[in-house]
Amino acid sequence: MNPNLKWKLVFILAVVLACVFGLVGRPEVPTSWAQVKSNFGQRIKLGLDLRGGTHMILQVMVDEAVSLTNDQVRNQLATRLRDQQISYGSIEKLDDTRFVVRSVGEGQGSGFRDLVAQTFGPTWEVTTAAGEANSFALTMRPSEVARIRTETLRQAVETIDRRVNALGLSEATVTEHGRGENEILVQLPGVGDPDQVKGIIKAGGLLEFRLVRGDREYSSEADCLAAHGGILPPGTECVPGKASASAAVGQTTQQEVWFLLDRVPGLTGRDLRTASPGPSSKGVPGRFDVNFTVATQRAADFGRFTETNIGQRMAIVLDRQVNSAPVINGRISDSGLIEGNFGKQEATNLALVLRAGSLPASIRYLQEGTVGPSLGADSIRKGFTASVVSLIMVMVFMLFWYRRAGINANVALVLNLVILLACLAYFGAALTLPGIAGVILTIGMGVDSNVLIFERIREELRAGKANASAVETGFDRAFLTIVDTHVTTVVSCIFLFMFGTGPVQGFAVTLTIGLLANLFTAVYVSRAMFHWYLSRMQRGAALSI
Amino acid sequence: MQIFQNVNIDWLGKTKYFVAGSVLLLILGGVALYQDGGPLYGIDFKGGTLLYVRFAQSPPLDTIRGGLAQRGRGDSIIQRYGPPADSVVLIQLEQQGDDDEALDRGKTLILEVLAGVVANTAEPGKQDFNAVNPVALAEVLTRRDPLVLGPASADRYRQLAAAIVEFRDEDRNGLVTNLDELSEVPDANPAVVSTVKEAYYPGSFAVRKTESIGPRVGAQLRSQAFWATVYAVLGMLVYIAFRFEWVYGTAAALAVVHDVVITLGLFAVFNYEISLTVIAALLTLVGYSMNDTIVIFDRMRENLRVSRREPLGVVANKSINQTLARTALTSGLTFLTVLILFLFGGEVLRPFAFALVVGIMVGTYSSVGIAAALVVAWDNWKHSRGVGAKAASGPSSRARQDQAQETRTLAAAGRR
Repeated sequence: MNPNLKWKLVFILAVVLACVFGLVGRPEVPTSWAQVKSNFGQRIKLGLDLRGGTHMILQVMVDEAVSLTNDQVRNQLATRLRDQQISYGSIEKLDDTRFVVRSVGEGQGSGFRDLVAQTFGPTWEVTTAAGEANSFALTMRPSEVARIRTETLRQAVETIDRRVNALGLSEATVTEHGRGENEILVQLPGVGDPDQVKGIIKAGGLLEFRLVRGDREYSSEADCLAAHGGILPPGTECVPGKASASAAVGQTTQQEVWFLLDRVPGLTGRDLRTASPGPSSKGVPGRFDVNFTVATQRAADFGRFTETNIGQRMAIVLDRQVNSAPVINGRISDSGLIEGNFGKQEATNLALVLRAGSLPASIRYLQEGTVGPSLGADSIRKGFTASVVSLIMVMVFMLFWYRRAGINANVALVLNLVILLACLAYFGAALTLPGIAGVILTIGMGVDSNVLIFERIREELRAGKANASAVETGFDRAFLTIVDTHVTTVVSCIFLFMFGTGPVQGFAVTLTIGLLANLFTAVYVSRAMFHWYLSRMQRGAALSI
Repeated sequence: MQIFQNVNIDWLGKTKYFVAGSVLLLILGGVALYQDGGPLYGIDFKGGTLLYVRFAQSPPLDTIRGGLAQRGRGDSIIQRYGPPADSVVLIQLEQQGDDDEALDRGKTLILEVLAGVVANTAEPGKQDFNAVNPVALAEVLTRRDPLVLGPASADRYRQLAAAIVEFRDEDRNGLVTNLDELSEVPDANPAVVSTVKEAYYPGSFAVRKTESIGPRVGAQLRSQAFWATVYAVLGMLVYIAFRFEWVYGTAAALAVVHDVVITLGLFAVFNYEISLTVIAALLTLVGYSMNDTIVIFDRMRENLRVSRREPLGVVANKSINQTLARTALTSGLTFLTVLILFLFGGEVLRPFAFALVVGIMVGTYSSVGIAAALVVAWDNWKHSRGVGAKAASGPSSRARQDQAQETRTLAAAGRR
């Protein structure tokens, strides 16, 4: 035998063994049929529609983060302007990315610009406000806006990931859902009832400890503003609270209550070391509080904060609502509790959310779906049956139509499927129900290449060429056409992958891998097989095709 | 075995029959689409809530519809799904309202109505066994400890619970009607079964699948599906124009558009829903339909290189005839596999398989009868413009005359 051919066959055998090993050889070499099946089951990752589970698509309201940055910058600027003694009339927000500073002091324009450049660098663009004397409009640069948006999305993904993991759902995945609309895809295999998970995912989780100014409670936002003549003292804001936050005893009505709080919190959720639910401190049965401990490096600061403010009230603000506002009786440095009359599940969820961190922006649910495991098992069964039946039918047909050469085609076909499955296992790509359809399509389209080659060989043989020459010409002439036909389908699949969601992407991936593997098996392997067969044939014998 | 070895069919002569056939199919599809008021979108594109529910007995469709109507949702779509023996019902509601809770409301409402409809089987103090998940079941078993294993038995019960739930889902398709059947699970001795019976009752329905999609998402998806298809077709056009000529690219693209439109029309005729997977099938079709067309164009190019003076129509006919064996075989084989998928692949994939079954048939038909004909027609039109006054009796008829002559000569030569 031609030494070249020998190496080719060795190479092909090596590929086959590698694939088979990749599919059933891990985590340990199987010694029984049951072990083969179990190894295989572990290697092939199943999509949600075959396994059962829940998927959710969420949208992160990233513009909230942009707006929040705007607020923070305005506060900062106000403080710095005062420090530098640059006078101004007002700072007014125009929209998420812009605000205007009015009536800057005469002759202080350049000082103002310098200050802005110094404090905020190139992220804000300063222009004179049209038609207004001594007023400047500040606009956030698009690159900065984009940066905030991307960063917010990334943070949201991480936070939700932490929360989901904290629930013990280790196989869950949280990923950006790539369509440029700031979407997140959460996949929870095995979760049949997503309601608890949804509550936890959605919770804002922003915890702040802020001083209460004065000792008054107000009955509405207007009341709060009016009490200060319409202009709040610098560094404060009016924040609503739950009625139960009111210190007034016997408060049973669900009235609104508002507080005047410092803007800057003394402690935030990020400074906590742990949080856990505990039985209600008021002794109410079935009701829980959330106990927390402060991180060591922040304990000293928090201690100082509480010490200097003994006698004042400290508001515990959760998601921008005052949960409670107890009086600071003494120095607190390492632990405390959030009382709120929570039910057990509520307290557990809140503790989890606090531990995992707050969301940088709120999220909306766009889409949600659950596949019961019974449907998943059903789909696997049906998909598997259809695959096996079509494989058998195609193989029988090829034998019947092309006689001995049909064996060649069938071996190439089986090898194609083995390589396809091995690639799926290797890349960790999930097999979905449309993915199984992709496997079946690979069977049908893959054999197309063999038909092309064999028909060409037949044509050459009819024209009187010798066996070896006919085979060579057949493969050569057909190759370009095979590439053409595969390319068109693969390009379609690329479009599908870019545009589709999970199951559809699974289909695009299986079909693409199948067709690419087909290029290898139908051309390289098939040709090698022909050469091997030819080398063992009698001279002058007819090629069985 | 061989077929189509010495065919000499005058394909281009029969162009008018092909065109008539296409027009007929287009009208058929058009009428169905008009009657339905547009394509039948699946929930992917419409938005709303969808539940697949399996019932233990024949599902009370009217009662469910009535229950939903009572709650103000007379617009619900309730239909049987799959073979009657499965007793699976599809319940659909459009989403009302755009707030955050809207996505959940539909599902909660349907579940409430269902619970009300089958309330007679519920037993007070017990949970629905058919809705339990392995973790909850494990907790219950651990607490009650029917096997008297003592405190460190959580793992055992977790395995047992998983086995019981697997039995329900895989062997009983998600719905157990008589809890005594659980004794078939290994390790589930009578004590375990009676414990389960104490805590659970066999609910008369099981939710197999739910899907909730916001309507804005649905509209977005529709537009994306449309553009993805357009770009795919344009991409193919450019690729073929690059490999051959612009005429060929355009002809192939038109043939593919023809295929997609006819397939969509037939969807309306047979009342299949258009979902995301159907679009996947259509996009695959776009790629696949090009294959036959490319093979024919390839052959035409090869033949033109050899015999430059033959009229294009003759070359086209020859090329189609030469590749007929290959076309028939490969389309036939792919069609076979897709047909098997349609018949055996289950309900979920059926619309997808239908798109491919129809698409492959129409695709082959258009490659053979329409794509090459378009190229030849364009060529004739170009020549008639260029040749001008010479066309007394009409250039196309003259070209056909020549064609017929050549074909007869070829046939004679073939017979020799």
